[in-house]
Amino acid sequence: MAYQVNGATIEHDEEGYILTLSDWSKELADVIAETEEIDMNEEHWEVVNFLREYYEEYQIAPAVRVLIKSIKKSLGPEKGNNKYMYELFPYGPAKQACKIAGLPKPTGCV
Amino acid sequence: MASPDMDHPEGPQIVADPLKVPNLAFGAMAEIKPFRAHPNHQEPLGFPGELVGNWKEVAIEKIGELANTNRAFRVYLDACVKCGACTDKCHYFLGTGDPKNMPVARQDLLRSVYRRYFTFAGKYFPKLVGARELTKEVLEEWYTYYHQCSQCRRCSVFCPYGIDTAEISMAAREILDTVGMGQKYCNEIIGKVKVIGNNLGLQEKALRATLEDLEEDLEDETGVSVRIPLDEKSADILLVTPSADFFAEPHIDGLLGYAKVFHQAGVSWTVSSYASEAANFGLFIGSQDNMKALCQRIRHAAEDLGVKRIIFGECGHAWRVAYNFLDTLAGPFDFLDPNYPVPQHILEFTLDQIERGNLRFDKSKNDHIRLTYHDSCNVARASRMGDKPGGQFEVPRAVLRAVCNNFFDMDRDTTHESTFCCGGGGGLLTDELMDLRTKGANPRMTALQRVTEDHGVTHMAAICAICKTQFSKVMPQFGYEMDSVVSVHQLVSNAILLDGQEIDGDDRVPEVADAGVT
Repeated sequence: MAYQVNGATIEHDEEGYILTLSDWSKELADVIAETEEIDMNEEHWEVVNFLREYYEEYQIAPAVRVLIKSIKKSLGPEKGNNKYMYELFPYGPAKQACKIAGLPKPTGCV
Repeated sequence: MASPDMDHPEGPQIVADPLKVPNLAFGAMAEIKPFRAHPNHQEPLGFPGELVGNWKEVAIEKIGELANTNRAFRVYLDACVKCGACTDKCHYFLGTGDPKNMPVARQDLLRSVYRRYFTFAGKYFPKLVGARELTKEVLEEWYTYYHQCSQCRRCSVFCPYGIDTAEISMAAREILDTVGMGQKYCNEIIGKVKVIGNNLGLQEKALRATLEDLEEDLEDETGVSVRIPLDEKSADILLVTPSADFFAEPHIDGLLGYAKVFHQAGVSWTVSSYASEAANFGLFIGSQDNMKALCQRIRHAAEDLGVKRIIFGECGHAWRVAYNFLDTLAGPFDFLDPNYPVPQHILEFTLDQIERGNLRFDKSKNDHIRLTYHDSCNVARASRMGDKPGGQFEVPRAVLRAVCNNFFDMDRDTTHESTFCCGGGGGLLTDELMDLRTKGANPRMTALQRVTEDHGVTHMAAICAICKTQFSKVMPQFGYEMDSVVSVHQLVSNAILLDGQEIDGDDRVPEVADAGVT
């Protein structure tokens, strides 16, 4: 189970989350997004970049509410809401966006 | 024939009767199974990383050990007379039609092996009594179908002998863990609680930042400084709540509701970063050792913080574990205030405050909602609330009626002790089981559809983190919005009037004493 990016082999788990977080690159994000049938645009990147910054600080993805608050600040209220997040990432901003951002899957009752 | 049409191009089609028995579909779910645990998920829990070489001996020995030490387990295996009362009671059978999801058939997967090795007839005349050898195929079958049981106990309500499939399913998973065939979802999570303190892996720094963020939101909303304290020594109350309450929707709104209730009640409380999880997945895998380890974190947190009371947030199986086992596994709690139950449920606390007249509500704040209530299985069938029989049904409804004008129960055959599982309980809330989860939700969704048709119900409240997540994922497939499932304390939060809270511009809610409330 692996992604192929520029000749490199990046291993992932059963669900497509990469095993070594430092393997992540923007090119890899595009490859993962393609397997998720997502065409990355600026808004997708805004979310992915925020997730990565938050993870860097806290070693976990943010609560959806925290993510939305941040996106509301950067992209405005019409995009900073739950519905829009699910339009961007139909399988959920937490799980699907984390996968593209190269972060571990949030576990638990979520 | 009105069996559920799960493969309809426009998504699952609702059948009119939530109890309608489907056509049999042999082997329909034989390929559905969760991901296996990796060695790094197994070993921290005390289980072998991979299938052990002598798996057969180990498994049979484990069955014998369970039969000798767990009287209920042996009685359940011995007592079944195949009367058939349970056959149409499981939501997974009703949703899938797979006969191995009939509770009696699920039990027989293990019972047949038990008979072969532990009963006279099974040893000498195996074919006559349906006894069979333990093989790798049998292990795989156990892994598949014991992970299609959410341990909700609905079948046990209808069994004349009270046979509890949940106990058999837990035992089967324990046997599987013992030979090295664990389930990734549960075991990875238990490992995180043991190291970090919660299912999510939310560390203290992140938890603190999240709670501070939520405090800001509360002040923005109400104009009142409502705190969500973390690790505050000598607080009166330790709140132990599912970590989903710090992370997911609509769970967080429930947490905000608890905070407002505590604030208005004027009590001091705290969350613990060390025991930042109410959930105890040790129950789901039948592992008393792991269940105990998680319970003891709560005890240690209570002692370290010097609290007087422990209150549990909205989490179904957590309440089952806490209500039944916390004292046995981590007691005695003689250092707590004996005037309060150990543990107490947040709904007991809130209802008590309502009955004392300490909380005031503007119920019209929930008038945009026409509500029903989903009894979570572990609360309904494995615990109690308050001091009267049936309190686990009445306490949540009493709180809902106090904060909401439009409340309608679903069919009595699908509520209270007969409630249907949400379809994601018992350690099955994992994405690779989404097909099973959707089909298993069908009976509950059908009952919901009925009250929508009859009473215009728009929302369903729940008091379990798993139920809330499961419904928010599956409800869109049944014609509802994902936010149609709500936390009970979310509705409390919507309606509660805090002293000094801003209402309609510059007006503020007067102090309780000024309003003549005693």
